[in-house]
Parts: sequence; structure tokens; C-alpha cells
Amino acid sequence: MKIDVGHVAKLANLPLKPEEKEKFGKQLSETLSYVDKLNSINTRNVESTSLSQEEALSNTKSQHNGLFKVKAILEE
Amino acid sequence: MKLNELTIKEAREGLKSKKFSSVELTTDCLEQIKKYNITLNVFITITEKEALEQAKKADKQLNNGTIEQLNNCSLLGIPIALKDLFTTKAVKTTAASHVLKDYIPSYDATVVRKLKNAGAVIIGKTNLDAWGHGGSGENSDFGPTKNPWNKKYVPGGSSSGSAAALAADMCIASTGTDTGGSVRLPASFCNAVGLKPTYGRVSRYGIIAMASSLDSIGHFTKTVEDSSLFFNITAGKDPMDGTTLPNPTEDFTTNLDKNIKGLKIGIPKEFVTSDLDRQVKTKFEQSIKVFESLRAEIVEVSLPYTEYGIAAYYIIQPSEVSSNLARYDGIRFGSARQNFGDEAKRRIMLGTYTLSAGYYDAYYKKAMQVRTLIKKDFEDAFRKVDVIITPVSPTPPWKLGEKINDPLKMYLSDIFTVTANLAGIPGLSVPAGFTNGHPVGIQILGPQFSEGLLFQIGHAFEQKTLFYRQKPLLR
Repeated sequence: MKIDVGHVAKLANLPLKPEEKEKFGKQLSETLSYVDKLNSINTRNVESTSLSQEEALSNTKSQHNGLFKVKAILEE
Repeated sequence: MKLNELTIKEAREGLKSKKFSSVELTTDCLEQIKKYNITLNVFITITEKEALEQAKKADKQLNNGTIEQLNNCSLLGIPIALKDLFTTKAVKTTAASHVLKDYIPSYDATVVRKLKNAGAVIIGKTNLDAWGHGGSGENSDFGPTKNPWNKKYVPGGSSSGSAAALAADMCIASTGTDTGGSVRLPASFCNAVGLKPTYGRVSRYGIIAMASSLDSIGHFTKTVEDSSLFFNITAGKDPMDGTTLPNPTEDFTTNLDKNIKGLKIGIPKEFVTSDLDRQVKTKFEQSIKVFESLRAEIVEVSLPYTEYGIAAYYIIQPSEVSSNLARYDGIRFGSARQNFGDEAKRRIMLGTYTLSAGYYDAYYKKAMQVRTLIKKDFEDAFRKVDVIITPVSPTPPWKLGEKINDPLKMYLSDIFTVTANLAGIPGLSVPAGFTNGHPVGIQILGPQFSEGLLFQIGHAFEQKTLFYRQKPLLR
């Protein structure tokens, strides 16, 4: 299996039944094996169609660990 | 001829010259729906009462309005069906998912508002692959739509109901969304004209989001001319959608009758491969001959990254799907997340995985770099040719159930359509004939903003071939 479906489902907040885990594990692994064909392409020096993290943050006055830093909205 | 079989243009002329009323026209469409919706499963919601009220109002305007008012309302009194991803105020909008089965929006999508302002009569909300996820219509949580040309076959998806509604003459035009082929594929399987506009040319505001960098808002019509009339209404800037582009300055109907002599039409060699179904290939070759007879110049072009289209698309699209569907958390609206169907669950998990820590560079970033290469393929090709034509689908429509347990096989049926979404360019699907009674379509792809040219070329092809005049035998 290329993918730990239980872990990913937890990250996505998707409750799954045991039989679903097995079925999706197989189907998603097949899809992931298929998309691996992109690895045969050399993309060194090719720009991404989207903005880089740096570009996306280039106008912010305040950042932390590559994220926008904003004031707390909830307090302890 | 029954009124529901008319095109927008014919219906408009008939209404203006008082040959019939909007109530009569709308009633004919509603009767057709009542007759065949049970077997074809086209509509999730039929808005009969509201439609008849709108039709009455339209008739009043048709009787009393000034010529100027009538000209500004180019769909006045004309029945339109909406894919059930289009948010409609006070009318249930389900995305064909159990998660939203009771959702009644408090506002109209921008496109819905524009259609209403143009006088359209909204007759109902059509079935789809839930959330737009699929190529066959079978991923609907409300059961699959059947192809009006043969009930044992899929109508194509995800805008399955809108294409079937049009083919079965249940409406005069219908709306769709195209994220990887969801207008063009069902159009080709149902003998309809389907437009996927340039990314950003039609507002996405109020249309339930699938993959935001790919979603294009299109429509189905019986003719290319109707498609251009409809696009005159939907295209344009919307302050509610920051990706929309400035208003078009052209009237998209003006170039329709120009001949296409000398225009350069590219045939990408990567599309005519051994994987292409033989009969589809024959229809495609016959289509090329039609363009030659119209004295267009046929030029071979190369789009070498086409074969990586599906792989890039099935990383980028699920990534964006997982993000967009995160809002259905069962708290603000929508029901609990276990109510997502199988396909939505697969895409949410795939996207969550490809975006998760440690995998982002290997999957999402890589796919976005390949997307740049695919875009460049088209840019290079459009330096040599005006447009490109390809088959819409590598196969004719398939039987219901044939691919439902093999998601990857289903994904691969989008191989000819996804690259236009990755590149953000427009595509027009037009009927190209039949194989064993099943419709086949070709798509005309052009550079960004070239819809006017696509209509011109599509119209020339359609008027030469007249495939649109053939109708399914409904039973």
C-alpha cells in the first residue's frame, strides 16, 4: 500500500468503516502509482503555475515559519 | 414540431412574433420532463410553480415591453435548466450529494442572477456526479442519469443531467461546469453543443466550488449560435469573483457567418494513437475532411506533454477538492462528513495526502510544474495554428456500471479534456456524428479569449454537417 488510509482519513476528518479502509487503500494506491509517471519528467528550472510561498508572502508585514502572522483571535 | 424542441433563437423569434406564449413553451418543457424524468433521472428538483409564474411575468413583458426592453432581455420567457451546483435563492441546491440534500441557499449565483435578469425561466435543477466528481453521472447520490440516446448507457459527466435534459428536449438550454471536461464530455455523449470558456471569463461566485484553479462555468445548447447568444449573457467581470476578467467588448454572435477559408486548424498527433477507439477515430478523420472541404488549412501539431495531463490533473484537482470540501464540517451547513459518497471520500483523501507534510513537493509542486509545461505546449502550438481540434472522448459512451468499480479507468476517459483546464483555455464541443447510434463529438480548442473564433469555426462545421438536427427516440 502506498498510502496509510487510516491516517489520511483522520487528517481529513472522514470517519471510515474498516471495509472502506481496505477498498479505498487499494484504489488510492493504484491512482498514486499512476501519477508517479510525472517523476520521469525533468522539471528542474520549470516554474510552477502558482505563486511560490515566498511570492505569496511578499506583501505581508508580519510572517512566521512561512505563514501569515496575525493577531490572536481567541485567548486562553 | 413541439415547442420544447426549439432552439433559443427559434423560441425567441416565436415569442416576439406572438406565435406562442412563454407559458405555452414552458408547459411543453414541463410536460416532456414529466413524461421522461422517471426513466432518465435528469432532474433533482423541478420548479414547476416558480417556472410558470416566471413565464406569466415574461408574457406580460413580451406584450407590454418596449423594443429596447425586449432586446435587453435576450432570454425573455425561455426555459433554462441549471446544474444543481448553481446556487439558487430559495430553491434547494444539493450538488447531488447527501451532505447538502436539504440545503436551501439564501442567494443566487452571479450567473443565475444574470440569466434571470435576461428574462430566463428557470425550470429546475439537474442531476450530476456529486460535487462534479466524475465522467459518467454515476457518482450522483441520487442515482445515475440515463443517456436519452440509449438508457443502458451513461450520458457522460459530471454535468450529466444538463446534457440529458437538453438532448431530451426538456429545456431550451442548460448550464454546466467544466473542471476537467464536465461540459464537453456529456455534450459529446448526448449530441449537444457544450462550451467550456476561458478560465475567469464567467463568474464562479455562487457555484459550489470543486477545484478553484480549474473550474470553468459553461453551458449546453442545441446549436453553436445558441451557445454564443448564451455566452453574451454569462461572460464578464464580477466583483464577487476576483479571478474574473474584464467584460468582453465583442458580441459573440457577430462572426458566426464568416467563412473559415484559410484558417489554420491543428491536429495534435499525440491524440490519434492506438488507444483511440477505431470508430471514434473514423468520425474524427471524417470531421477533418469536413474542415478541408470548408477550405481550412489542416496542420499537424505536437502537444508532447498531453500524456501527463491526467497524472497532473489527478494531483492538482483532488488537492483543491480536499480544501474546498473541508468547509462541509457539519457545523455551519451540510450534514456530517460520513455522508460524503465514495468518490468524494476518495478525492478528499487523495488531496489530503498529496498536500500533507513531506509530500507537497513530490506531488503538488511537481504537478504544478508539469502544468506549466502543458500550458507551454498549447502556447507553442497556437503560434502555428489558429485552433486545435481533437476527439472529446477516446471512446464512445460506455454502459452504466462498466467503470464504476475502477476509479482510475474512469479518470482516464478525461484524457483529451483535462489539458484545456490545466492551461485555462476555452473549448467548444460540437456533434460529429454517430457510432452504432451513440453520439460522438469533437472539441475545438483555442487560445485564451478565443471563444468568438471557436463559435465561428463550430458554426461552419455544424451548418455543413447538421448532426444537431438528429434527435433521440425517447420511450
